Amino acid sequence: MAQVVVVTSGKGGVGKTTSTAALGAALARAGERVVVVDFDVGLRNLDLVMGAERRVVFDLIHVVQGTARLSQALIRDKRIDTLFLLAASQTRDKDSLTDDGVERVIRELRPSFDWVICDSPAGIERGASLAMRHADLAVVVANPEVSSVRDSDRIIGLLDSTTDKAKRGEPMEKYLLLTRYDQNRAERCEMLCIEDVLEILCIPLLGIIPESKDVLHASNMGLPVTLNEPTSAAARAYNDAARRLQGEQVPLVVPTDKVTLFSKLLGRRAA
Amino acid sequence: MAVLSALRVNEMSTARPSFKFRGGSFHALVVRPESPIEAWLADVDVLLARSPGFFAGKSVVIDVSGLSLTKPTFLGLLDELSRRDIRILGVEGANPADVDGRVPSLVRGQADRSDAAAAPAAQTPQPAPVSSLLIDAPVRSGQAIVHPDGDVTIVGSVSSGAEIIAAGSIHVYGTLRGRVLAGAYGNQRARIFCRRLDAELIAIDGHYIVADEVEPHLRKAPIQAWLEGDELKIITMN
Repeated sequence: MAQVVVVTSGKGGVGKTTSTAALGAALARAGERVVVVDFDVGLRNLDLVMGAERRVVFDLIHVVQGTARLSQALIRDKRIDTLFLLAASQTRDKDSLTDDGVERVIRELRPSFDWVICDSPAGIERGASLAMRHADLAVVVANPEVSSVRDSDRIIGLLDSTTDKAKRGEPMEKYLLLTRYDQNRAERCEMLCIEDVLEILCIPLLGIIPESKDVLHASNMGLPVTLNEPTSAAARAYNDAARRLQGEQVPLVVPTDKVTLFSKLLGRRAA
Repeated sequence: MAVLSALRVNEMSTARPSFKFRGGSFHALVVRPESPIEAWLADVDVLLARSPGFFAGKSVVIDVSGLSLTKPTFLGLLDELSRRDIRILGVEGANPADVDGRVPSLVRGQADRSDAAAAPAAQTPQPAPVSSLLIDAPVRSGQAIVHPDGDVTIVGSVSSGAEIIAAGSIHVYGTLRGRVLAGAYGNQRARIFCRRLDAELIAIDGHYIVADEVEPHLRKAPIQAWLEGDELKIITMN
């Protein structure tokens, strides 16, 4: 039975789609059965990052509206055969997502996969709220700057109040994925440092992804960074984050910098 | 009484300043003398010898409903009490004719008769206890906590973009980054406490200051804020 994960942030452009693809690919390469679902109806991108844009026939909206079966809409990755994509529709908008339809899709996906990773659209409206509604666990993506952190804080509030799990009175598991982190700029106070972000958001850290040109390069190649440049600092950081999602204890280090600084942060991880 | 306290009567002309009516209930010490009065007064003297300040500064209501005193005895009792510097706020259970203008007024309220010797009496309904709200988690951006009944205590931080509105005081055991409005339903005595001040706005009973107006030495400090007249005062609690 799958764990349903939502990758969300509130703010746009912080790396939700990149992170969804990278984590999905990393989990799949570790032998897990993974489906990544694009909830950004009307502004779909996950298909591009996954390199599947030329193979989309049916999408999430077709399945939600019952005009296609789930098996017709799932696109298998060319490189890893346990990785699947459920694309969003580019020609429709978020209003095409119905509550019942989304619930049915998630229910149908659960038995066939180990991980269902939902790539949330930016914002706090319908698309984002449906993407998070059925999640068992949330990965909150933030950049180390104030507007992103505040938006993430808002999203955490919604995760704790509007998801099915929250409505059943169960605690929502949430992890912070700090992306585009630049140690040098943080030291020069051009960015918030990790401690500041954790102090504001008060959720355990899943990983710190260093700012890297490899990420953009991989996206342009239509490959998750964990597949395109598996030895790059960003890819290693995503791989570590994926292992932590699987429950492994992996020491938290930002590639290319001091280890000791983060030993303290490790203690904050609940998992 | 909320209506009354909010009522401001303003004369049409501007000759007189506006004034406020406020309703309020106060605690008073109710003393019940027992027969014989002389023996009871002797007991009072023993008490005063042991703790001379016992009645100092207290408002006292005497309840003579259990006694059937004649007017001279009653007036004599009042004299004895005033000789001992016991200030009488009112009298309960006396014949109105006996009071004779000697004490401010005749109290008709029911005192709390919780002691065992109390005669059975109808209990007046106690006002509902003031409830306080405890929140054991951070308050996130976009969340609003509104508590029109009393104090709010947050064990955690209040994020930028979050809002706490309380009738009473607000306590934040964490960093206060959002907006907090204490005494928001008309309570000048409400206060704000926080472990670390980084608030967007703090207000007590409608008097507010925004982040820009907070003095630099108070920023990021543990503080207490209260209202002095129309002025919002903040001090550090180091």
